[in-house]
Amino acid sequence: MTEATATDPAVPLLAVDNLRVSFRTARGTVRAVDGVSFRLGHREILGIVGESGSGKSVSLMAMMGLINDPNAVIEGSIKFQGRELIGLGAREMRRLRGGRIAMIFQDPMTALTPVYTVGRQIVEQLRLHTDLSTGAARNRAVELLEAVGIPGPKDVIDRYPHQLSGGMRQRVVIAMALSCNPALMLADEPTTALDVTVQAAILDLVRKLRKDFGSSVILVTHNMGVVAEIADKVAVMYAGRIVEHADTPTMFRTPWHPYTWGLLDSIPPISGARPRRLSSIQGAPPSLQRLPPGCSFAPRCQYRSRRCAVKPPMIGEPDHRVACVLEPGERREIVRKPAQQNDEIPS
Amino acid sequence: MSLGFTIVKRLAHMVFVMFGISVLVFLIFFATPGADPAARIAGRNASPQTVALIRKEFGLDKPLPVQYLRMMDRLVIRRDLTSYVNLGEKVVPTIFRAAPVTLSLVFGAAVIWIVFSILVGVLAAAFKDRTLDRLLMILSLIGISIPVFWLGEVVNLVSQGLLHNTWLFSWVPPLGYVPLHRDPALWFKSLVLPWFTLALAFIGIYGRVLRANIVEAMQEDYIRLARAKGLPEAQVLIRHALRCSMIAIFTLFGLDFGALVGGGALLTEVVFGLPGVGYLTYQALTNLDLPMIMATVTYASFFVVSANAMVDILYSVFDPRVRND
Ligand SMILES: Nc1ncnc2c1ncn2[C@@H]1O[C@H](COP(=O)(O)OP(=O)(O)OP(=O)(O)O)[C@@H](O)[C@H]1O
Ligand code: SF4
Ligand SMILES: [Mg+2]
Repeated sequence: MTEATATDPAVPLLAVDNLRVSFRTARGTVRAVDGVSFRLGHREILGIVGESGSGKSVSLMAMMGLINDPNAVIEGSIKFQGRELIGLGAREMRRLRGGRIAMIFQDPMTALTPVYTVGRQIVEQLRLHTDLSTGAARNRAVELLEAVGIPGPKDVIDRYPHQLSGGMRQRVVIAMALSCNPALMLADEPTTALDVTVQAAILDLVRKLRKDFGSSVILVTHNMGVVAEIADKVAVMYAGRIVEHADTPTMFRTPWHPYTWGLLDSIPPISGARPRRLSSIQGAPPSLQRLPPGCSFAPRCQYRSRRCAVKPPMIGEPDHRVACVLEPGERREIVRKPAQQNDEIPS
Repeated sequence: MSLGFTIVKRLAHMVFVMFGISVLVFLIFFATPGADPAARIAGRNASPQTVALIRKEFGLDKPLPVQYLRMMDRLVIRRDLTSYVNLGEKVVPTIFRAAPVTLSLVFGAAVIWIVFSILVGVLAAAFKDRTLDRLLMILSLIGISIPVFWLGEVVNLVSQGLLHNTWLFSWVPPLGYVPLHRDPALWFKSLVLPWFTLALAFIGIYGRVLRANIVEAMQEDYIRLARAKGLPEAQVLIRHALRCSMIAIFTLFGLDFGALVGGGALLTEVVFGLPGVGYLTYQALTNLDLPMIMATVTYASFFVVSANAMVDILYSVFDPRVRND
């Protein structure tokens, strides 16, 4: 394992500060990510949860330098191993991408190029970031397939994507992501498209790769259940912002944000299709073009009051931050309620 | 399923289709009610003796299957079917003489149109919505709309007439075909302009289709992954998007190529004085030369079908997904 020399335990692996991503569209500017900040330590797994459209994917794509919409404006700071990624030259960004920072996506069925064998696709990446010969890269690819738990890797390496199941393909994508020992792996809903047993296996794999490869992971999901299972820390996103951020046990024991309460109430069984809307939170995610001036969650929040008409700042403790005006006393009182309240919330 | 098996299966399928076509063609000419095939073979103004002779020669008093076998025997095995319009002309050797002309024309044009349409498609997709893209798409549209016959005439007018004595076109040999084995350089020179003339419209069509396919492919998930791997954009475009888009182009190519070899290049052949199969078919039709029509139609279908089979086989090399199931 070759850790970069820049690795100083004091410097977080990843430091995102006030990240903003807006898209100019015909119907005005869409601020998809609106001031996201967090730190990610070495070997840490951060779960990002939130409903559809909350800006999770856009945040990850910004970290990969993969937003190439000419109408996008990216502001703020993304420091990876102390190095600023925003404004980094295309060539340097490419060297990081697939090398030190790897990404896996939601739908393994369509993630691989259909006309090449999986081996060839892994070798392509290895050859890009290392100076292995094609033969050596192929051997490495077999090792990687083995490492992600693919039976008969010597045989699978010459298969085409369509000859593999969804779970197998996702393993191949993960093998590809691991091929260059990434320090950071971004996983955008890696299990959503898979069935239950496979989901659990993929989560195991993510945990294992942190152990074996020493990578840090950002895992985006809709599913609080997945987060509970795997993440060290959780960030809850709503309408382009992180509204609550804490380590996982804290988040599950004493959640502070009403939106988080809703998410926790709606933990679906780990199986099944992901709900487009969360049944226990009334209303739909807001249109990013017409966000209320104060707290974005206000229209759906049962606890809103006049105080919520101004944008709530991030408050709390260093390890547990929240963007909500509720006072500590109010929080504790409310959090015990949802169990009884569930019936009153129209669905 | 292995590639080898796919190929064998496809070839067997091809033989079957060709048998079907030969039966169909035979029936159209020999079993159409109310028409006497003997009289039709004899051509216009034939004497009753000739007609009687033909009836005997083709066994037209025998049952249809026997007639069919006899016909196929003369067309495919003995190849001694003769024309009654151009008396004594053996039709099969005539076609075999015309085939290299058509093949030279169509192969060369195909190479040109594939190369140039890839260039057009890739450049337009890479510069999507910018000036180069718009320019290329307009040029393609113009290329598609120019009638090939008219274009050929203009090319001839310029290269053989107006500008023939300038450095630009002094190398252009007179119209007509020079066999490859006789003088390769001259073969090439005499075909360059016909090739481009025939290829132009196809460059336009294929370039536009390819651009659309690449632009669509660039939205696919696997392109996002290819980028996430750190591939440079040019490689993403060519190795991944273009490679996958070529599959659709191939289907189109199989159809067009087969049709051109089977006589679809007629107009180009006529304008440039190239005695190819299209030209031959055209003459046979105007002369109502039935044996010749039989032979060219059978030949044409043979080429269309085998070109399609070839493309299907290449297709399964190109697209691993069709090999399964
Ligand atoms: N290129 C773009 N142009 C305009 N708007 C965009 C663009 N890309 C994303 N958006 C908008 O940004 C918002 C955030 O999208 P994003 O994909 O990050 O959501 P998400 O949290 O990943 O949702 P999901 O759970 O559905 O994947 C959405 O409202 C989306 O419409
Ligand atoms: S700030 Fe107000 S509206 Fe927003 S979540 Fe807190 S209580 Fe609800
Ligand atoms: Mg997403």
